[in-house]
Amino acid sequence: MLYTLANIALVIMAISIAILFIRVIIGPTLSDRVVALDTIGINLIGFIGIIMLIQNTLMYAEVILVIAILAFVGSIALAKFIEGGVVIDRGDR
Amino acid sequence: MSLLHYLVLSPFILAIFIPFLYKWFRNVHTGWFILPLPVILFGYLLTFVTTGQGMEVVEETVPWVPSLGINFTVYLDGLSLLFALLITGIGALVVLYSIFYIANKKDEPLNNFYVYLLMFMGAMLGVVLTDNLIVIYVFWELTSLASSLLIAYWFHKEKSRYGAQKSMLITVSGGFAMLAGFSLLYVITGTFSIQGIIEQSAQVIASPLAVPAMLLVLAGAFTKSAQFPFHIWLPDAMEAPTPVSAYLHSATMVKAGIYLVARFTPVFGGMPEWFWIVSAAGIITLTWGSISAVRQKDLKAILAFSTVSQLGLIMTLLGLGSAALYFDVANEGQYYTFAVMAAVFHLINHATFKGGLFMAVGIIDHETGTRDIRKLGGLMSVMPITFTISLIGLASMAGLPPFNGFLSKEMFFTGVLDATELPIFNMQTVGLMFPVLAWIASIFTFLYCLIMLMKTFFGKYQPEKLEKEAHEAPIGMLISPIILISLVVIIGFFPNILAYTIIEPVMNSILPGFTFEPNIYHWHGLNTEIFMTVGVILFGSLIFMNLNRWQETYFFLRERDPLNQVYDKGLDGLITGAQGITNIQMTGLLRDYFAYMSVFMVGALMFTMFWFDAFTFDVNFGMMGSITPYAVIIIVLLAVVSLALPFIQHRVSAIAVLGVVGFLIALLFVNFRAPDLALTQLLVETVMVVLFLLCFYFLPELKRGDFKPKFRWLNLVISISVGLTVSLIGISALSLSQTDGYESISMYFIENTYELTGGKNMVNMILDDFRALDTILEVLVLGIAALGVVALIKLRFKGGEDV
Repeated sequence: MLYTLANIALVIMAISIAILFIRVIIGPTLSDRVVALDTIGINLIGFIGIIMLIQNTLMYAEVILVIAILAFVGSIALAKFIEGGVVIDRGDR
Repeated sequence: MSLLHYLVLSPFILAIFIPFLYKWFRNVHTGWFILPLPVILFGYLLTFVTTGQGMEVVEETVPWVPSLGINFTVYLDGLSLLFALLITGIGALVVLYSIFYIANKKDEPLNNFYVYLLMFMGAMLGVVLTDNLIVIYVFWELTSLASSLLIAYWFHKEKSRYGAQKSMLITVSGGFAMLAGFSLLYVITGTFSIQGIIEQSAQVIASPLAVPAMLLVLAGAFTKSAQFPFHIWLPDAMEAPTPVSAYLHSATMVKAGIYLVARFTPVFGGMPEWFWIVSAAGIITLTWGSISAVRQKDLKAILAFSTVSQLGLIMTLLGLGSAALYFDVANEGQYYTFAVMAAVFHLINHATFKGGLFMAVGIIDHETGTRDIRKLGGLMSVMPITFTISLIGLASMAGLPPFNGFLSKEMFFTGVLDATELPIFNMQTVGLMFPVLAWIASIFTFLYCLIMLMKTFFGKYQPEKLEKEAHEAPIGMLISPIILISLVVIIGFFPNILAYTIIEPVMNSILPGFTFEPNIYHWHGLNTEIFMTVGVILFGSLIFMNLNRWQETYFFLRERDPLNQVYDKGLDGLITGAQGITNIQMTGLLRDYFAYMSVFMVGALMFTMFWFDAFTFDVNFGMMGSITPYAVIIIVLLAVVSLALPFIQHRVSAIAVLGVVGFLIALLFVNFRAPDLALTQLLVETVMVVLFLLCFYFLPELKRGDFKPKFRWLNLVISISVGLTVSLIGISALSLSQTDGYESISMYFIENTYELTGGKNMVNMILDDFRALDTILEVLVLGIAALGVVALIKLRFKGGEDV
């Protein structure tokens, strides 16, 4: 029962990633794409969480944490890039 | 090391000291230091000459590369002795002559000249005195090298360099072919020793490799001995100083090919191909050379073509004489050995009179400043000694009695007439061409000898056309030609002094197992040969008298051999063709090189798959895990994203989409239970995206803007075929691995990870315990990459600097 539900949830999330991906491609502005990417990252977290349920393992806990951090760092980097064109500032500026 | 080894090596040893002698004794002509060496060598070699039957063969071996059967074996038999005597004897005379010819010590780099000359002498002695094919090849190439150096002695002259390059290219190509031939002989017989090969000659002839080996060896001999159509380098080699022309291009080096043919006659002699190729090449060269010589206006060019023609004569006789080996019975075979005797005799004669003539021409050049027969004339009374030398030399070359040329010419006619009676090889019909061509060539030989003599020494003396006031040469310059010409006369009157001492041992080497009657007579009675000679003199004189009418024809005006055009065009074509091909393929565009690589990869892999019929799609899906619906969606998504990538117009979007691909792959890793991989993939992917953005930022201003990949059908085809190839190989590899029955070794790791390493994470344990070496090196790769990045960023070279 749980297994079936989890599978259904995964399919739904995969579809959600697909829809987000459409946004990444057609998104008229870069900001749309960044938000979509960020959301894909969050979706991945959930996805992997459910996979952990299915595979009955704790091995992917680190993966989830890393995705959370990376999604945050990536979004910040892209946001900074959109704002100033630079990701890492120089020391003297 | 026996004395004979030192005999071969002594010129090289002396050559080392030449620069010092040249520098320390500036007021002594360097040539005087050289002169004793060939004289001593000649004297030493004379001690091997014996009268009567017993020429003792000397064989001394010094191992060089014994494991490969390459030994520095000196082998002295009649043939080697004859050539060695020619080399040292004429070498001594040439050195003496050159001392007076290049008398200007200040301007000429004498050290170069004598180093090259000694190098050549040693190399030539090595060619004729060694028994090992590889050693012969080494010395053979050394003669080519020394010859080129000597031709380009006045390297500031364009024509010298051209001549040197030409002779180098032609003789070295031939030498290389010869090396291939030697290798084939080694394959057939298993030995590099010529005597060893001669012992197995029956086996050589029976081998299917015999004809290729023969052709390749002959290619070496023909290029060196300036046989048609490889003779074109010899006239251009006349840019060398005259002593060099006299030594290398008449008496010694060009006879190396003759030596080789004579040496290999016992091996290949019984083959009809050998008979035909050698005789036909010889007779064509003879005719062509004599006709070309008539057209020349330069004395040395006449002599060059005359050398070509006389070498052809010797070659013809060697070819015809090889028929003797075709018969097993010595009885009838002896009849044809006469041609070989004529060849050997003419070889000696040619060396004497041609050397003398070259030296005489050198004297004329030296004392008048020109060699052009249109400017010369009436020198008989001015230079009486040179005139006498030339007269005797030319008469001998034309084949007039009582000089030695007459004897060898008569013997030549006898040889070609006998050849028509050979009961083999269709000689009674086709063979008729030999005496006819020989006779025509003799007429032209007589003609150019007459032209040389009359245009130079008779007629009107024209001092206004000469650069110097003509006068007789110093006595030192005259000594060598006088010695050579007196040899011409002595051999002419007493030919039999050579018969048992020199010719018989030589014949024994060329045609082992035959008995000879090496008697040479002046008068054979009223036979065909004497009438042929009379006809030669008559027709030659007739043409000479009508020469003024013929001189204006196109045939006579055109001096250069038309075959030169083939060479020049060929060389140019080779260069332009190579450049063209390079320009076509080397476009300088990485895109094209990548396309080549991909096409080659696809071609090679697909060909291999087709060749071994390796396409299988028989995948047993039951052996794989189940496919979950969400995995299908992820994979479909991955495919769609990858396909969308090339069509994205905006660079930043493309980077973002690439990031999505990386994330999806991480998700797949999760799905396939690889947490470590997924972690690393996520981190690496993020760093990659950041780096891409960084690159995007640094794109130059002008090209910034939208990214429009150009669409090319070819690229599409190539990329699809690459993908298809890799997929097909993957599928067939999978299906084949399912059926081959081998188990994977992963069970070992699963069972032993904890027992052996104390860790529970198998991936990590494999990485840093079972297979730690790979990890170390990959760390090294990362270190190198990091250092490389730092170097690229920090070190910047200004224009003009080089690393």
